[in-house]
Amino acid sequence: MTNILSIQNFSFSYPESHRRAVDSFDLEVENSEVMILAGPSGCGKSTLLRSINGLIPHMYVGEYGGSVFVEGLNVKDAPMRDLAQKVGFLFQNPENQIFMFSVERDVAFGLENLGTPREEMRQRVDEAMAQLGITHLARRAPHELSDGQKQRVALAGVLAMRPGMVILDEPTSLLDPMTASELVELIDGIRREKGTTFIVVEHRLDLLVRIADRIVVMNEGRKELDGKPSEVLADERAEVYGLSIPAVVKIGNALKRDGFQLGERIPSPLELATEVNTRSK
Amino acid sequence: MIEFRNVTFVHPAGVTALDQVSLVIGGGETLAVVGENGAGKTTLIKHITGLLKPTTGTVLVDGDDTRVRTTAELSRKVGVAFQNPDHQLFSESVEQEIAFALRNFGFSEELVRQRVDWSLNFFGLEEYRKSSPLTLSGGEKKRLTIACILSWDPGVVVLDEPTVGQDVIQKEKLSEIIRMLKSTGKTVIIVSHDIEFLWPIQPRVVVMSKGRVIADGPASELMLQRDVLASARVSQPQLVSIYQALRVRPVHPFVHVHDARSWMSGLVKNG
Repeated sequence: MTNILSIQNFSFSYPESHRRAVDSFDLEVENSEVMILAGPSGCGKSTLLRSINGLIPHMYVGEYGGSVFVEGLNVKDAPMRDLAQKVGFLFQNPENQIFMFSVERDVAFGLENLGTPREEMRQRVDEAMAQLGITHLARRAPHELSDGQKQRVALAGVLAMRPGMVILDEPTSLLDPMTASELVELIDGIRREKGTTFIVVEHRLDLLVRIADRIVVMNEGRKELDGKPSEVLADERAEVYGLSIPAVVKIGNALKRDGFQLGERIPSPLELATEVNTRSK
Repeated sequence: MIEFRNVTFVHPAGVTALDQVSLVIGGGETLAVVGENGAGKTTLIKHITGLLKPTTGTVLVDGDDTRVRTTAELSRKVGVAFQNPDHQLFSESVEQEIAFALRNFGFSEELVRQRVDWSLNFFGLEEYRKSSPLTLSGGEKKRLTIACILSWDPGVVVLDEPTVGQDVIQKEKLSEIIRMLKSTGKTVIIVSHDIEFLWPIQPRVVVMSKGRVIADGPASELMLQRDVLASARVSQPQLVSIYQALRVRPVHPFVHVHDARSWMSGLVKNG
């Protein structure tokens, strides 16, 4: 079966720049994967994401090499209209993508633009709002909502388009810790229920590593690390490339080096302490 | 010193954003304000700069009532890096952005040049000197706003969500800046959801919920109160959660990962 995303030897340089923003990049992403994309500021993450949702080369011109396929569709040749139905994008600040006068109109915005028939639009909007637990907010004005609620409205608008893949840019950074944790659970639930693929750019890894299948780390336009979270976060280079390694992972890695057996899954703080309690009796 | 005396702020639409807040922030203190989205944290700091005036009650900055001082007068004493950097960047180039406030405050051109050079270098923005601030990444814009306010050396530095968009290297630099400000006697107020970033700084913590201050105390004590934090939708730092779940633990919680690592290694080896 074709992978949902296939990036083959992709390179891109902006006209005003003397260096490649992304350089000889290969990546295969399977359906329903949750992948964290990480790396220091300016490493090429944004350029890579633009090449997946089609902003590159359709909006940003530059020197383009290699290929990017989304669900078998070559991004370079595909119309933006088709790509918009395959790749959803959630900005860091939901205020950048919420602008209608009511929540339900906002969730329906993308579908209206596609000319979706009224009945189907109603059904999809209702389904997306129910999935995100915002049905009760349908008639509310988005600007009256809390940041967490706005984030859900923006995500509902993305999911109503039923994309196979959703890209999230630091989705938890403006949320309080518990709302952030709920969003991460929500992403996990959608992935399990709908098989949606998520690519998440995130510096705060403490919550996301619990549900992520994979971490890809970029530096200076290149892919430097790629593997399961436990493998990538155990690599000494991870911190050099700007990743905030959660405390549980740092402690777990140190204990493993001391010969302490820990599973492959990244434990919660409580699980780690319980393991240590058991072994230190 | 900053003092909130029974401050209530009601938005024109009728929503109460601050509800009878009383708070004294001493000179040289490092204070973290945490709480749920919409708790009133940003409204609180906007009162320190005079951008918002209390509906009832009084805010005093170094004894000056913010209702009778202009925002321009207050901003010489209080520098704020807002959550969304796009709200405070408007110059044509990065260097002009840093120089803007310095010139407004009447600094000599020689001093403006020195301060701009220092800021660009310290915050890793030298290569963008001539670029438009609008072309920077989110993290770079955030650093630029902090560079701007530190350049004029205000006595009070307010950082609203400073770690958003920052990788670990930049976060370490931010911690370093906060430590430096602390050691030079500045008052530092940090509004942040990033509990893991705040914990090693060991600030005084003010917990806000629904416009009220529901708890106030040193991080070393307050972060141990899981229920209080949870009522404001704040989680404990991982090191505190681990500490509290250990059967055999030291007297004080682990502040740094290496403390926890050596303690737990010792437990396992001796177990």
